[in-house]
Amino acid sequence: MKLAKKDILGIKDLSREEITLILDIADSFREVSTRKIKKVPTLRGKTVINFFVEASTRTRTSFEIAGKRLSADTVNITASSSSMVKGETLTDTAKTLEAMNPDIIVIRHTAAGAPHMLARLVKQSIINAGDGAHEHPTQALLDMQTIRNHKGTLEGLKIAIIGDISHSRVARSNILGLTLMGAHVTVCGPAMMLPRGIDKMGVGVTHQIEEAIRNADIVMMLRIQLERQNENLFPSSREYANYFCLNSRNIRLAKPDVLIMHPGPINRGVEIAPEIADGVQSLILDQVTNGVAVRMALLYLLAGGEE
Amino acid sequence: MKLFLKGGRVIDPSQNIDSELDILIDNGKIVQLTCDHTAVTPSDVEIVDVSPMIIVPGLIDIHTHLREPGHEYKETVHTGSEAAVAGGFTSIACMPNTDPVNDNRSVTEYILKQARLAGMANVYPVAAISKGSAGKILTEFGDLKDAGAVAFSDDGRPVMNSRVMRSALEYAYSFDMPVISHCEDLTLSEGGVMNEGVVSTELGLKGIPAIAEDIMVQRDITLAAYTGTAVHIAHVSTDGAVHAIREAKKRGIRVTAETAPHYFTLTDDSLREFSSFMKVYPPLRGAQDVQSVKEGLRDGTIDAIASDHAPHSSIEKDIEFDFAASGINGLETSLALSLQLVRDNVLSINQLIEKMSVNPAKILNLSKGTLAPGSDADITVIDPSLTWTVNADHFRSKSRNTPFNTWVLQGKAVMTIVEGRITFTNR
Repeated sequence: MKLAKKDILGIKDLSREEITLILDIADSFREVSTRKIKKVPTLRGKTVINFFVEASTRTRTSFEIAGKRLSADTVNITASSSSMVKGETLTDTAKTLEAMNPDIIVIRHTAAGAPHMLARLVKQSIINAGDGAHEHPTQALLDMQTIRNHKGTLEGLKIAIIGDISHSRVARSNILGLTLMGAHVTVCGPAMMLPRGIDKMGVGVTHQIEEAIRNADIVMMLRIQLERQNENLFPSSREYANYFCLNSRNIRLAKPDVLIMHPGPINRGVEIAPEIADGVQSLILDQVTNGVAVRMALLYLLAGGEE
Repeated sequence: MKLFLKGGRVIDPSQNIDSELDILIDNGKIVQLTCDHTAVTPSDVEIVDVSPMIIVPGLIDIHTHLREPGHEYKETVHTGSEAAVAGGFTSIACMPNTDPVNDNRSVTEYILKQARLAGMANVYPVAAISKGSAGKILTEFGDLKDAGAVAFSDDGRPVMNSRVMRSALEYAYSFDMPVISHCEDLTLSEGGVMNEGVVSTELGLKGIPAIAEDIMVQRDITLAAYTGTAVHIAHVSTDGAVHAIREAKKRGIRVTAETAPHYFTLTDDSLREFSSFMKVYPPLRGAQDVQSVKEGLRDGTIDAIASDHAPHSSIEKDIEFDFAASGINGLETSLALSLQLVRDNVLSINQLIEKMSVNPAKILNLSKGTLAPGSDADITVIDPSLTWTVNADHFRSKSRNTPFNTWVLQGKAVMTIVEGRITFTNR
């Protein structure tokens, strides 16, 4: 099983078959994380650089654990994009990293397209761990794996994505992936949070959370960045919670076996009520667990795919 | 030395001429247009056979950035002038966003001095509207005009304060000077890096809505009507702006407009690879906007085609799209890209020359843009069928930031004559 790709820059570049392959491999890697000795020698002698030009805890940790469980040598580099603007350019950093002969570079960056630029510059495989508001392919893959594991398929599912779609790379990658896999996606939020022409990406659009939730199989909530209040994206967290928070009342509109997802970190009481986040229908921690498996799968596939 | 251009097809919209004529030039001036091939003898003139080329009044670029003083690593008056004549431009108007800003006589005089030293193209400085282009205090319009400025503009840093803009227009009226407006509502465009629309949504890049341009075009039309001052709208890129300008012209308001080749050649679809060479303000727009810009060119709503030549080095361009400088290097591709409009039946060749020479001269009140006897011998010789491949490494410009690199274009200036001197030839 091989993935005929140098890089994973976005869901946009993946086919249905490739996504299915990645999810299948991820399923097989889930078991490794449940062993007593959580390590396989698959990537022994390989070097993975986690190059994070934007703060991240969970994604970076997830990639690091994924690499280590495959016996790769993982190195973390963090930089702030502002210091890169003043100091070394991304191009120079990329060339420097390339010269150290790693096998895979995982990059997160505040600027959309930065991983694509890196991929053009270096010969190593690049994995996009989130670029601006553009894409977050590993998040979408772990979300798809989580849904598939619980629902058996993605085909035909009714999925609501609710929150600040404009600034969300998670939303974009999930829209691309879920619609490609045959799910019906509806996005919801106040109009300021829904970017223009989002319907052209093949999703339904609504400004009423009740309408988005009605008969949904999956409700995916997005984190509201409270500082965006200053950009008039919403007037207050109180007002937002009144109209766009997933709670025990509006969740009843969904299918009885609805499952709740959130890429985290969550704002309790803003976009998601605590009893929903902690409830039996919540998959939030499953998502985190699957994140390691999906990232193991991608590292494995990009490193050549041989056992 | 006299010069005799023989056998070309002379197109001069200023005199309604389109026929095979020879041109006699003496002492930097056009002496006569004649169909008598024997008007001169080789002994006293240099005879240049320009058949079967098109001979037009020297092209005038109403909107160029020369980067000097301050950013000489991107472009100098010298290299910019070389790029200009290589692109067929005999005259260029350069915007004031240099460092320091061209907001006083000494900067204007410095640019003119550098232009004289370069001796390639006529350079006409556009001075700033406000000191430091900060949008607060007007510059010394009278002194700047006396020093050689031909218009005022805070290009790149539009005057947001409507009271300041009103004062600027009133004051410009007193000196009979045009004001060139870069129309962008900065409060709407803040943080944006590309056109707002389906593509920005897909790419997750912050959008600049077309309304940021439309609203300021409307404001400046309103101010032009109120003050009576001639306002020239720079780099029109939106459907809304074209409509507003068309209506304003119908109402008799003194408004003129330009667009640039990238606004009728490229759409925001070109940004999908995150190439910073596609980053420009105003941003590349959607297909409907491109269509409207072409329609505006066709029906005369848009008077001029400008290059908006904005050279940037790799330091500003070989970085993340969000952080990259905006601007397209245009002087050496502008003519060929515009000639495509003729092949696409958007414009006749006569209309194109109007928009690239006659009208820019009128807008800036220059005694150029004509081949009438007695006028300055500024002449561009164009081979309309020459097919060539854009190679940025061969640009005369110091910078390489073109989205058209490797494009195969048709039509090229093969000789540029400035005040009787051949300052460029590739024949």
